[in-house]
Amino acid sequence: MADKKKSVLLEIKDLKIEGYTGEEWVPIIKGVDLTLHKGEVMGLIGESGAGKSTIGAAAMGYARDGTRISGGSIEFDGMELTTASESERRALRGKRIAYVAQSAAASFNPAHKIIDQHTEAPLHYRIQKRLEAQEDAMELYERLRLPNPKEIGFRYPHQVSGGQLQRAMTAMAMACRPDLIIFDEPTTALDVTTQIEVLAAIRDIVDQFDTAAIYITHDLAVVAQMADTIKVLLKGDEVEEAPTEEMLSNPKEDYTKSLWAVRSFQRPQKARPKDATPLISVQNVDAAYTGGVKVLDDVSFDIYEGMTVAVVGESGSGKSTTARVITGLLPPSNGQVLFKGEPLPASYLDRSKDQLRQSQMIYQMADTALNPKVRIADIIGRPAQFYSGLEGAALKARVDELLDLIELEPSQYYNRYPPELSGGQKQRIGIARALAAEPTFIICDEVTSALDQLVAEGILRLLDRLQNELNLAYMFITHDLATVRSIADEVVVMQHGKVVEQGPKDVMFKPPHHPYTDLLLSSVPEMDPNWLTTLLEERGVDNVGESADV
Amino acid sequence: MSVFVITYFGLLIATSCAAAYWNQRGPFLTLFSLTLVSFVLGIVGGAGALRFVAIAAGMIAFAAGISYAFREFLVLITSHNLSKEIKTAPLTASFGMFVIFTYAVAGIFAPWIAPYGESEVISSAFAPADENMLLGADQLGRDMFSRIIYGARNTVGLALLATVAAFLMGAFAGLLAATKGGWFDQVLGRIADIIMSIPSLIFALLMLSIFGPQVIVIIVAVAIIYAPRVFRLTRAVAGNVVVMDYIEAAKLRGEKTWYLIRREILPNSTAPLIAEFGLEFCFVFLLVAGLSFLGLGVQPPTADWGSMVRENATLISFGEITPLIPAAAIALLTVAVNFVVDWMLFRSSGLKEQ
Repeated sequence: MADKKKSVLLEIKDLKIEGYTGEEWVPIIKGVDLTLHKGEVMGLIGESGAGKSTIGAAAMGYARDGTRISGGSIEFDGMELTTASESERRALRGKRIAYVAQSAAASFNPAHKIIDQHTEAPLHYRIQKRLEAQEDAMELYERLRLPNPKEIGFRYPHQVSGGQLQRAMTAMAMACRPDLIIFDEPTTALDVTTQIEVLAAIRDIVDQFDTAAIYITHDLAVVAQMADTIKVLLKGDEVEEAPTEEMLSNPKEDYTKSLWAVRSFQRPQKARPKDATPLISVQNVDAAYTGGVKVLDDVSFDIYEGMTVAVVGESGSGKSTTARVITGLLPPSNGQVLFKGEPLPASYLDRSKDQLRQSQMIYQMADTALNPKVRIADIIGRPAQFYSGLEGAALKARVDELLDLIELEPSQYYNRYPPELSGGQKQRIGIARALAAEPTFIICDEVTSALDQLVAEGILRLLDRLQNELNLAYMFITHDLATVRSIADEVVVMQHGKVVEQGPKDVMFKPPHHPYTDLLLSSVPEMDPNWLTTLLEERGVDNVGESADV
Repeated sequence: MSVFVITYFGLLIATSCAAAYWNQRGPFLTLFSLTLVSFVLGIVGGAGALRFVAIAAGMIAFAAGISYAFREFLVLITSHNLSKEIKTAPLTASFGMFVIFTYAVAGIFAPWIAPYGESEVISSAFAPADENMLLGADQLGRDMFSRIIYGARNTVGLALLATVAAFLMGAFAGLLAATKGGWFDQVLGRIADIIMSIPSLIFALLMLSIFGPQVIVIIVAVAIIYAPRVFRLTRAVAGNVVVMDYIEAAKLRGEKTWYLIRREILPNSTAPLIAEFGLEFCFVFLLVAGLSFLGLGVQPPTADWGSMVRENATLISFGEITPLIPAAAIALLTVAVNFVVDWMLFRSSGLKEQ
């Protein structure tokens, strides 16, 4: 924890930023103050659109395209950034202020080796010679516990895993030993197991070099591990700011309390009906993609009517592939899928219209799941028209009914297009499209992982209500165990294409666990600010560093 | 010092002062540097050089004025959504639209606009321009102006038909290839490769020598030459769309290929396709003109810009600009179409002005 008596490094006063909508300038940040001392870590949290990233960029004196700093002052170590010239500001970036972006995979240039990108800033500022800079990079890689620190830098970005890349990016930000690093959701795109290592690495290195940091995230449990103070933002305004412990134990504002309470949603668990035929039965399925890489190995589980089965595992464990086998997009090389006891044809092309209608899918990215050039009314109306042959007034009535069902006002959304909607609204439209087919079984593929916690909770409650009203069965694919806890009846844990453990939720969340289930469960960040420290001690630090690279 | 020279400099200096007074940086720099350049130009080239500069500037100003007025006109007569788009068009694009509009009017109403018939001999060969004949006569004594007007109908119409045919073939095949994939995609791709590997002019010449220089042969041959390019682009654009989840959702719903193409893929690939249409149109137009120039395209006495250049080419040696007029007509249309296409590409690429 940083010493609060240290001198002020960054002082933002009454910052106002406006964005251009195409017609007029509208305020994005409405007067935010921020004071950061040397070596201090501040967490910025809020939903998307709260202006977290905009403030992060402004701390570097940077306003993104289409935005402008319209008022206030940003003082970095005695230098006023709002009035400084572009070249003065540029001289700070990379050297004294560094930035770590959300997606390391998208931020590294795929055409250059990692270490060449790492040494770019030190060489540019003539701080080090090339060889010195490379040695320094290797040392940083070692401190960040990357495997083969001497060698890994000479690989290209696509040759290392996501978690390693994110750590390499943190190392890169450290290259010039900056005074301030801005972390913009550095672990949001990672699995829980990988996230831990990145968090531990970031925390250690920030501590070692006494670097100040602004840590932007929407995940409270994560920020609780990283930050000394937490600032909560809502729609460009500050809600409150307090030291981490105080903020967690005693939030003052209602909005903060509501953020804290998100994870409390939990519905009663249902038990498997006796002597019933499972609605969907996956039996001994093997599957491989072209090229012969086996991705599923002897996967079997059952889903009963009206129940939710959560399939969990890190990325690459075969969760989504299982969904592709069930929908018939990827015919299995061995085994079969039964629907109400009847085998389903392996490929969706051979399935009857009614078989297709019975199982529907909701996707992770609502952006790519809804055709941006089609009206909402047609997106939802098409399955109803296609399967039930509804036309004209009957079709419109059905669309209205579906929009009502997903809690959106029909008259307002009927004629709009997907790009005009927010993430949560788009996901609701995705749900309505699945419901329009009147299915009995819905596959939900990471439906909440692209959403803010508050919005995600709304979606989970909606799905739960629909399940009760329409007696739907869900296969819920997720890597987020908090979601599993709130909505699942049964849990299937997958790793490397195999089912490692399955059973009712209450049994699964109680020890003894399979070692992998245990790893997954213990990796879910908790609100306790000492959680990461305790966990690392329990596991032994070195062990953590390697587990991602298995 | 003639009155012209005094007015010339007086006007330049006055406008640059006005620009400087109202803090118009760009116009001031242009105007004042033009003033300085004009000093040198006036000393070296005399009043004639200045007159040339004045006429050129006047023409540019005239074109800009017309473009501006035409854009405002379009904004007023179109529907709300469309006019919003047109408002963002740069002057070059509205100039392009104006030129295309003029050509379209000339082509459609050719018989009423042209003072004489297309193949009507009214004077002696290569007669100079007079009150009757705006642009003089060609090598057989036909009115050049009337033939230019008819040429708009023949050459542009032909190129348009050929482009549309190439697009129908190429786009349909491309969409189908992207949707179906697999061996079907491979077969179509290899066919496209084969056609593209034959030099286009030689292929056209071959077809025209085999089947004779008829209009339908020209259209089909040109369409076959250009279809593979459209195929490639469409397949690439549609390829990016087919991997989207909404296509997967539609496939899982059990939708047929035709529905996928029409309702899901096409609406998401129209913007680049329209831009490509403009671009291809220019190439087709030049190829058709080139074929006519070689004598294998549109046959006499039908007026056609390409063959008009060839027929009057001898006049160049006498310092006459007559053969350059149809060439200029071709150049102007090509530039105009490209202006519009640039704007459309800019829009579809989603770039915003910084």
